[in-house]
Amino acid sequence: MEVPVVRNILEANDRISAQLRKLFAQHRILVLNLISSPGSGKTSTLERTLTDLAGEFKMAVIEGDLRTDNDARRVAATGAQAVQINTDGACHLDSSMIQEALEAIDLSGLDILFVENVGNLVCPAEFEVGEDYKVSLLSVTEGDDKPEKYPLLFAESAVMLLNKTDLLPYVDFDMARAERFARALNKDIAVFPVSCRSREGLGAWYDWLRDKVREKKNA
Amino acid sequence: MHEMSIAQSLVAIIKEEMEKHGLTRLHAVRVCHGRLAALVPEALSFAFEACTLGTPLEGVQLEMQDIPIVLRCSQCATEFSPEEGDLFMPCPKCGEGLGHEVLQGKELYLDNIEAE
Repeated sequence: MEVPVVRNILEANDRISAQLRKLFAQHRILVLNLISSPGSGKTSTLERTLTDLAGEFKMAVIEGDLRTDNDARRVAATGAQAVQINTDGACHLDSSMIQEALEAIDLSGLDILFVENVGNLVCPAEFEVGEDYKVSLLSVTEGDDKPEKYPLLFAESAVMLLNKTDLLPYVDFDMARAERFARALNKDIAVFPVSCRSREGLGAWYDWLRDKVREKKNA
Repeated sequence: MHEMSIAQSLVAIIKEEMEKHGLTRLHAVRVCHGRLAALVPEALSFAFEACTLGTPLEGVQLEMQDIPIVLRCSQCATEFSPEEGDLFMPCPKCGEGLGHEVLQGKELYLDNIEAE
């Protein structure tokens, strides 16, 4: 016999994600899921952000990597709480991994929790981890057609950081093209050109964070 | 390669549904996936095969049905399906190219099972 089911295959993950969201809402913590390809500068962006906003916010980071705790050590050096998840080859973080990592994080008084996902533009877009927003990072040393090639991620992101703008004179990256395609399926996406190296443009990204923290506190 | 995670979740749901309906032999499984959902059908079939090896579900083929993308124009609200390979085509009615809302195409669900 044929049994109609119609159940979301990722429902187990979505269920835990919803629980996490509730927990974060109770603590009024802004949670951001940071997604990019390997080498776009997720960890550098975090190091810079955690350092520059250390006086304003209490922040923590969950680091997802296939192996090593290199990134967690880099991030912890800024004074923020950092927990490493080693996925042992898995290409994305899921909600149960976050749930486990939270055991090592003190949520009290926390303003922002960054989840640095595994470097990958495909799989992390499918798995919620209790975040308020996805933040995608694209560096100008990559192709400006990434938003065309990986539409789901950019359609789901609230922010696209275009990193390494100090290298623009040396590459053929078309900022307008990247932005146009990111907006094609997501008219509200905030696009911030930044350079973690020269610090150019970081102010707009920080202002966005301040706005969202304020919204979360007043929610 | 998140198809392995998807296959594991799929197996869990199938087992639950079979138990719920008192079924013991699985014959077919139908999965629907939106074209935006970056699912590779061959990879899911392979992962499903690997997950079910040596279990009562072994040998069952997945039937996969893709769901076309439907967008709503940000300017004139016309609903349209972008043509194959041209996800970013402008609205066929007014020509607007930006900010379309995705109405359909992100789905990923188990549609039905055939079992006894």
